[in-house]
Amino acid sequence: MTVRVHIPTPLRPFADGKATVTLSGDTVGDVLRGLLSEHTKLQRHLVQEDGSLRSFVNVFVNDKDIRSLEREATPVKEGDEVSIVPSIAGGATAVETDTTLPKLSHPELLRYSRHLILPEVGPTGQRKLKAARVLLIGAGGLGSPASLYLAAAGVGTIGMVDFDAVDETNLQRQIVHGTSTVGTPKLRSAEARLKDLNPHVEFVPFETRLTSENALEILRDFDVIVDGTDNFPTRYLVNDACVMLGKPYVYGSIFRFEGQVSIFGAEGAPCYRCLFREPPPPGLVPSCAEGGVLGVLPGIIGSLQALEAIKLILGKGETLIGRLVLFDALTLKFRELQLRKDPECSVCGPNPTVTELIDYEAFCGIGGPAEPTGPEVDVRTASREMRDNPDFLLIDVREPLEWEIVHIDGATLIPLGELPERLNEVPDHRDIVVHCHHGARSATACDILRAAGFVRVRNLAGGINAWAEEVEQGMARY
Amino acid sequence: MIVSRQVLDGIRGALESAYPHEGCGFLLGERDGDVHVRDHLFAANDREAAAAATRYLITPEDFRAATREADARQLEIVGVYHSHPDVPPRPSAFDRDHAWPWYQYLIVSVVQGRVDDMRAWELKDDRSGFDEREVRVTGNGSARRHAP
Repeated sequence: MTVRVHIPTPLRPFADGKATVTLSGDTVGDVLRGLLSEHTKLQRHLVQEDGSLRSFVNVFVNDKDIRSLEREATPVKEGDEVSIVPSIAGGATAVETDTTLPKLSHPELLRYSRHLILPEVGPTGQRKLKAARVLLIGAGGLGSPASLYLAAAGVGTIGMVDFDAVDETNLQRQIVHGTSTVGTPKLRSAEARLKDLNPHVEFVPFETRLTSENALEILRDFDVIVDGTDNFPTRYLVNDACVMLGKPYVYGSIFRFEGQVSIFGAEGAPCYRCLFREPPPPGLVPSCAEGGVLGVLPGIIGSLQALEAIKLILGKGETLIGRLVLFDALTLKFRELQLRKDPECSVCGPNPTVTELIDYEAFCGIGGPAEPTGPEVDVRTASREMRDNPDFLLIDVREPLEWEIVHIDGATLIPLGELPERLNEVPDHRDIVVHCHHGARSATACDILRAAGFVRVRNLAGGINAWAEEVEQGMARY
Repeated sequence: MIVSRQVLDGIRGALESAYPHEGCGFLLGERDGDVHVRDHLFAANDREAAAAATRYLITPEDFRAATREADARQLEIVGVYHSHPDVPPRPSAFDRDHAWPWYQYLIVSVVQGRVDDMRAWELKDDRSGFDEREVRVTGNGSARRHAP
């Protein structure tokens, strides 16, 4: 069959300037092969290394796209018009396609050999990992295991956002750090460990707090975002930024013995706000420092997050898009909830009301850096008063378990939850100072006492933690 | 590439209204050694909302329709314009993978809703990258040049 092939203007210089070429063949595939053998310079622009058409090259027979027919097997009749029609595509970020994936060196081929022999990974999958750029928000309990497994897997670029320093209390769970790095910035500690595990990884540190001013710019250069945050304002910020940038957000969270993991923000999928439209009232959900956490739990959840990120990069398996996995460490049970997009979601819905990053602290009801709402006293002054002032009364509002770990001699324990019912036990003619672990719960307790009419009430700034640092150095810290 | 201030203003308005998504369209004109852009055709970005902040796509059907429209105006498609929201107007690896030779790619960076900078690019024959092309703006009695 003789057909006329129409060459689009951009390709004519590679077809000796011709606008049409007459060729014969029985199928579209025959005709294209004939075209490429007659004008070899067209190959680079029309086909990939394996001979298949590049994704933005469309072929029409008369007025029908061959994708709606039999693709290259589409038969052609005498006099048919075959047209090569461009799709025009592009975009601001680099997501590598097969033909431009980075090559693997010999040491890398050896290092990843256990991946290369898996059909779901193979050299192409490993090259996708090498081309991938994953950003971890937080180098703590979740970021530690996630970053370790992503680095081990050969993710080419790992970014991390954290502005904290390593503290001894982190080492119960934040396994990317160590005793030797206590006191140093978490990013430097993580970089050293990750580079030791895999020197082929490029590490991009962001030693800053993630804010509405910098989030879009920081996230834009990465393909997948893994959430290791420990506070709600940042979670909502990362979610909104990911939806706006079109990036998948691998969510993980932990609390005591329970963990959650899912993927938000992927195309067509629900986002964090679809599920949690509003943040909990401030103070309701304690942080790890206040509520406690089984150290191995973030290890499990963080590893699951790394797993999902790897599956997204490879494009294999069934990911947690649209699924929320709930994990109970005590019973070792997994549950799963099907998630759906909220059709009225303020961020990812068809009529979004949130189109710019907002003030997330205000959204979560937190008034910025903690402003003391009432009078405070520092630990040194309080310890002096305790010694010298007979009217001084120190009330400890922590839990009995915390009291068992360590307490200040002479203090009276009334756990915060019981305070409203036990106000009658508090004498009102004394100089009352209230403390907890760090000073947050005790501030709430002071508000309760003042509302009940107590006048001489002050909060111990920094709590028993500050007392152990500055007054009684031999005291156990936790 | 030589383009009038009027055409650029039309492109600017179209891309600013597409923000924060990527906007795209065709450059129409003729090429005789120099590329003369006489008109532009705004196109629909076929990518879904979640991706449109960093991706654009013009379908082959829209391309054919644009070709017919260009023919009707006795012009030819000489290139494509698209915006980079809040990102510099340099082609990404994705741009490179999907680019056609010969076309002029005008990339316009739109920062916080306002056009900030623009640069023109043409794909190298071996597809290894882009050559930057000068943009010469005519109109209002002066010719301002955006040189590479």
